[in-house]
Amino acid sequence: MSTTAHDAPAAPPPDPATTLPSVPEQFAGATASNRALTRFLHGLPGVDPVGLEARAAALGTRSIKTTAKAYAIDLAISMIDLTTLEGADTPGKVRSLGAKGAQPDPTDRTAPRVAAVCVYPDMVATARQAVAGTGIKVASVATAFPAGRAALDVKLADVRSAVAAGADEVDMVIDRGAFLAGDYLKVYDEIRAVKEASGTARLKVIFETGELSTYDNIRRASWLGMIAGADFIKTSTGKVAVNATPANTLLMLEAVRDFRAQTGVQVGVKPAGGIRTSKDAIKFLVLVNETAGEDWLHQDWFRFGASSLLNDLLMQRQKLTTGRYSGPDYVTVD
Amino acid sequence: MTTNQTKGKKKQEPAAERPGTAAARPGRSGGPSPLFAYAPAPESRTVVDIAPSYGLFVDGEFTEAADGRVFKTVSPATEEVLSEVARAGAADVDRAVGAARRAFPAWSALPGAERAKYLFRIARIIQERSRELAVLETLDNGKPIRETRDADLPLVAAHFFYYAGWADKLRHAGFGPEPRPLGVAGQVIPWNFPLLMLAWKVAPALATGNTVVLKPAETTPLSALFFADVCRQAGLPRGVVNILPGYGDTGAALVAHPDVDKVAFTGSTAVGKEIARTVAGTRKKLTLELGGKGANIVFDDAPVDQAVEGIVGGIFFNQGQVCCAGSRLLVQESIADELLASLKRRLTTLRLGDPLDKNTDIGAINSAEQLARITALAETGEAEGAERWTAPCDLPSSGYWFAPTLFTNVTQAHTVARDEIFGPVLSVLTFRTPDEAVAKANNSQYGLSAGVWTEKGSRILAVANKLRAGVVWSNTFNKFDPTSPFGGYKESGFGREGGRHGLEAYLDV
Repeated sequence: MSTTAHDAPAAPPPDPATTLPSVPEQFAGATASNRALTRFLHGLPGVDPVGLEARAAALGTRSIKTTAKAYAIDLAISMIDLTTLEGADTPGKVRSLGAKGAQPDPTDRTAPRVAAVCVYPDMVATARQAVAGTGIKVASVATAFPAGRAALDVKLADVRSAVAAGADEVDMVIDRGAFLAGDYLKVYDEIRAVKEASGTARLKVIFETGELSTYDNIRRASWLGMIAGADFIKTSTGKVAVNATPANTLLMLEAVRDFRAQTGVQVGVKPAGGIRTSKDAIKFLVLVNETAGEDWLHQDWFRFGASSLLNDLLMQRQKLTTGRYSGPDYVTVD
Repeated sequence: MTTNQTKGKKKQEPAAERPGTAAARPGRSGGPSPLFAYAPAPESRTVVDIAPSYGLFVDGEFTEAADGRVFKTVSPATEEVLSEVARAGAADVDRAVGAARRAFPAWSALPGAERAKYLFRIARIIQERSRELAVLETLDNGKPIRETRDADLPLVAAHFFYYAGWADKLRHAGFGPEPRPLGVAGQVIPWNFPLLMLAWKVAPALATGNTVVLKPAETTPLSALFFADVCRQAGLPRGVVNILPGYGDTGAALVAHPDVDKVAFTGSTAVGKEIARTVAGTRKKLTLELGGKGANIVFDDAPVDQAVEGIVGGIFFNQGQVCCAGSRLLVQESIADELLASLKRRLTTLRLGDPLDKNTDIGAINSAEQLARITALAETGEAEGAERWTAPCDLPSSGYWFAPTLFTNVTQAHTVARDEIFGPVLSVLTFRTPDEAVAKANNSQYGLSAGVWTEKGSRILAVANKLRAGVVWSNTFNKFDPTSPFGGYKESGFGREGGRHGLEAYLDV
């Protein structure tokens, strides 16, 4: 367990200046009008819910042991967007989150660092300082997170303030109301505008899959996000009843796999909310491995939006290295 | 194709690799990576205690064959001999049928609720011993533990629970006010789902008040003998269930025995025809569940990712050794290339290897004989000009193995489109219109199963009504449930097993 994912040579995130224009060009016809976009999205193959959930459940029975488990635990830690998104967030809370991300297990320096800390825009500057020099990215939710119910200029101002404060990544929410009303072009234009406002920051597009409700909608939203230039597609805010599930993540992994096959552009996936145990996290990594493939087995292409997951991973990691399960008092609470 | 780690092969050390190296290698996707190589996760063999030898189970006792003959049963994954089993001859058949006849009056006179208690007890014991029985079945049959654990054993228990529920409600089953059992049922079952086929046969027979003499297949006798032990554990009266391991001659003697009232057979069409000839002109009631060449029809508006899963499950479940396998893929020409590309990518992720490994998807072929038959038919397919594609795959050096295989450019004229291969070989044909799909699907000597994949509900109903197949699945495949009747059209046999319909075969109606 000497691997630290952070030292690994990361695949260069795509240069937005080169990849961004190429994708929309390929779909120029589809995005010419809302009718054209509707025809395109509704022309995607349907999703059979029973079959999708059965496949996700079947992959959940994979038995990941010993060396494979050690690899998966370290990989999962390195993929965490360590998150605090509360009204009660303070600079102190954000600083301790940063410290935790940089050194997840004080008793074992070989534990890898997390991928990013994820905070509200007003905490970006604090987070930036907290993780300075660690290589950990700062991600910020924006666009009137979590409901997304604000005017576009307000949302863009939100994004610009986060980026100006030093956010490396922006997690935006789509306008679910517009999506459900069939105004796909509005959602598309909004993502494009946020992408532009994000500059060089990588853009994660949150669909709030629990509110889109059907798998067909999740597939459509995935393609809509990808053709609009998303660097990541993300399941949820963590603020509604249904968040990341194996089935909706599997569906989004199929979407990024098919999108790369069609366009050559690789997009990341981030399930968020509700993933609390190592066992769950490993099931998601199996989904990645057997659906999108090994190219996605890296923090640049797959993330977990989570907070309590980290401690469970650390406890399992300690169990693997020492042979003993030490319990929650032997990991830090931040 | 990923080969599951087998003994002696050095395993990868994923922890030594850095997670980052994956993304540095562009252009690879699809199959699981060597990076995240799953360490071996074998189910423990110690949960099952296989004796060096087994006898016949007659009249509540394990006994040797009258002529003392025995045969060996091997593990198809390793060719290791698992046990030596008594081989029943004509004298043993006579003895077993006699025991069943003697047990019949008391068993059939029991109130239905009393018979139900025994069946519920058997179902519970099967659940309690399911891990042991799953490992045993995997050892003797070669199928992956994932399947015996998640499909075979739960279904076995479910069948006993289901028919236990019918035992005291027979007068409400629609077969008259006081339906009577037939007497002694002679049952011959195949090797592809040894314990599940036993459950399909034994549960309705006992629920309706018949007694049973059952012959398991020669390559997979062990789970039936363990079932005999379950019967003893449940306190089932002597002679109600008798198990006679043996070869075809044992089955022939059982079927021909004059004191058998009912014959039930699942297996090949050739043997089924032989049995029909034997039984013709006697009072014996007969049900046959025979071969198939199921058509899995995929329309251009199908849910593609789930269709791919359904195709894989349809033909590679149990190494394709399933009578209702979806062995013919009929795909609409407009999406054929796209679908085949997805299918091939998916097949590269199948994990073939040690059936006891919990991550194995594809296990061993049941016998050398079956492997030879599959191999010969696949060679015929190639010789007749069909295009063969096999996922790159290392096969273990011992045991009987066949890599999942596709044939494209297949037409109705090809042998691989007509003959039942009973192995992991899929023949891919294309069609242009729904009418053509139905015509091709029905153009078969068989009629056991079919699948229809489309998001359009009206098309599902329209096509399903025209298909001459006993089971039509829509947007799924190979789904089984004890409440659902199962059986064939044409040379796939007659009679139904499962559900309320399954009672009829064991009642004097």
